[in-house]
Amino acid sequence: MVKLAEWRGKEIFRRYRIPIPTGRVIRSLDDADAAVRSGALSLPLVVKAQVLAGGRGKGGAVKFASTPEELRTVVAGMLGMEFKGEVVKELLLEPKVSVGRELYLSIALDRSARVPVLIASGQGGVEIESLADDQLLRIPIHPFAGLAAYEKRRVGQSFGLAPPASKELGGLLDSLWQAFQREDAELVEINPLAVVEGHLVALDAKVIIEDDAGFRHPEYADIRDDRTPLEEIAREKEIAFVQLDGDIGVIANGAGLTMATLDVLGQFGGKPGVFLDLGGTDDAGKVTEAFLLMAKAHPSVVFLNIFGGVTRCDTVARGLVAAMTQVPEAERFPLVARIRGNNEDAGRDILRSAGVTALSDLKASAQAVVAAEKSRQAGRTAS
Amino acid sequence: MSVLVTAETRVVVQGITGHQGTGHTAQMKAFGTQVVAGVTPGKGGSQVEGVPVFDSVAEAVTKTGANTSVIFVPAPFAQDAFIEAADAGIGLAVIVTEHIPFHDMLTMYHYGRLRGTRIIGPNCPGIAAPGKAKAGIIPNVVFRPGRVGVISRSGTLTYEIVNGIKEIGLGQSTCIGLGGDPVIGTSFVDALPLFERDPDTDLLVLVGEIGGTAEEEAAEYLRHHFTKPVVAYIAGRSAPPGKRMGHAGAIIARGRGTAQSKVDALKAAGATVADFPYDVPSLVVQRLREGGTR
Repeated sequence: MVKLAEWRGKEIFRRYRIPIPTGRVIRSLDDADAAVRSGALSLPLVVKAQVLAGGRGKGGAVKFASTPEELRTVVAGMLGMEFKGEVVKELLLEPKVSVGRELYLSIALDRSARVPVLIASGQGGVEIESLADDQLLRIPIHPFAGLAAYEKRRVGQSFGLAPPASKELGGLLDSLWQAFQREDAELVEINPLAVVEGHLVALDAKVIIEDDAGFRHPEYADIRDDRTPLEEIAREKEIAFVQLDGDIGVIANGAGLTMATLDVLGQFGGKPGVFLDLGGTDDAGKVTEAFLLMAKAHPSVVFLNIFGGVTRCDTVARGLVAAMTQVPEAERFPLVARIRGNNEDAGRDILRSAGVTALSDLKASAQAVVAAEKSRQAGRTAS
Repeated sequence: MSVLVTAETRVVVQGITGHQGTGHTAQMKAFGTQVVAGVTPGKGGSQVEGVPVFDSVAEAVTKTGANTSVIFVPAPFAQDAFIEAADAGIGLAVIVTEHIPFHDMLTMYHYGRLRGTRIIGPNCPGIAAPGKAKAGIIPNVVFRPGRVGVISRSGTLTYEIVNGIKEIGLGQSTCIGLGGDPVIGTSFVDALPLFERDPDTDLLVLVGEIGGTAEEEAAEYLRHHFTKPVVAYIAGRSAPPGKRMGHAGAIIARGRGTAQSKVDALKAAGATVADFPYDVPSLVVQRLREGGTR
């Protein structure tokens, strides 16, 4: 899932001929001055922080400026500020427009129906969750047929627009559908789609691109602003990385088993921190890589829960023991390993002789992990 | 009887010459499956694990009577592989490949409906009916022939639970891992009627996960159309909210999709819901002992 900043979403809109305000992205005070001085933009302007979190208007991440001094003050205040955990590095400057009506349009996937669905509302500009069912029009789009003309007329009727906006709507809907398909989007959303001097203009853009389509979209490969270095390594190794609040590191294979492992730890009061999901594999090399990655996150205790069946457990165990020696003495941590699969007895013997708590029962393993974490915490407090 | 695969199932493996394709061909054969053909364009005429390799699915079908495909082809080429299988008259395609874009899956799903080809997956462990056939990658060691059906959105968690059923002394009729991707070819609701009709299944274990509304829809189906006892487990009740779509996604879900909403829906439909995966086997024994229906 690649969430695009507003300006990137609007770049896509521009390519698909969805009307947007003529704006400019700036990254410094000098950029802002230059944009106005060169005549590229003229005051009054709206200044929008390019962060991914919502609620920018209420949160002070969207402001107006009518004079050059005001612009400098607003830009200086906004660049570098933190908004819901994100540092603001880019601002989008756009001309302030007088907005008539505000509408809502989006296309996303309806998983149950297994078709994309167009959602339209005549009440845009507010959180879409706050709208009642009868204020929303939902139109399923069959991927082989596309958006039918009569469906586009339904949207037009529900909006009740006057020309020229009413005449622009059909083309805009086609563009939005094309963008959703061709860019491999999970979501394309315009909120608000405004009527400005009689014409439709997309005042905001929210676009989420699907990760799995990366092989045909190299242009999105570099957009990964929100990943930590460890997350980046995990991504390269195709290991899913999730950071939670606790101190127990969890390595498991498969999303379902990983979640079940969290549930089981929770039963005994264990608080997971970093957890790594290897996917459906029990490949010995990948288990070892995950272990070394986990070591970098400095967990208090690590719980390794691998349900194999394909790889031999003794191979996995030997790889783990070799990896343990690569972790510096001072950074070592207790390891509780539960590996099920072929040759699991031999695997447990190898691990036990290396000082690892190796068990086969899931419940007993989770209890051992929580006990190890408690004794480590106690040890820290004592010293 | 069993569900979707039988002793008459004749498997063609697409992508048989790859590491995964070769390894799992051997495992499927060891399970007792008739693996009759492999397909890798350009490698026709060779053999893998004693299985003849063909250049096209159509040729494999003509020469070997293959009726079920297991697809290991990498994601960028998976859509093409599936369409080839559907065009060749394959009735059931198990797509093991992960990371297939959902836009491609939309095309595949709707194309499959036109051709009459059912998809299991993608990104799934597939189907196994002990003593009959396996079309997929679930480890052979977790199975024993029996009368418990298993249906799941997970991979390894399915192995865990199937194994638990074996360790408590029971066996399985058919186990289907549907896959956990946003668009899957066969959902719980699509598969439940097959287990209801299967005379060899006495009880169904349903393994779900947080996210989406598939379990709620399954519960709705169970309530109105399913007569056999059901034991369920939902993974992730302690997990934080994960990947979320934007506002539009939240609207489609309408606040459903939490572990609690799934557990409540399943309980209201008469299913016994386990709090933890290791509680499933004993609940299965208990429900079977009680006998009768829900």
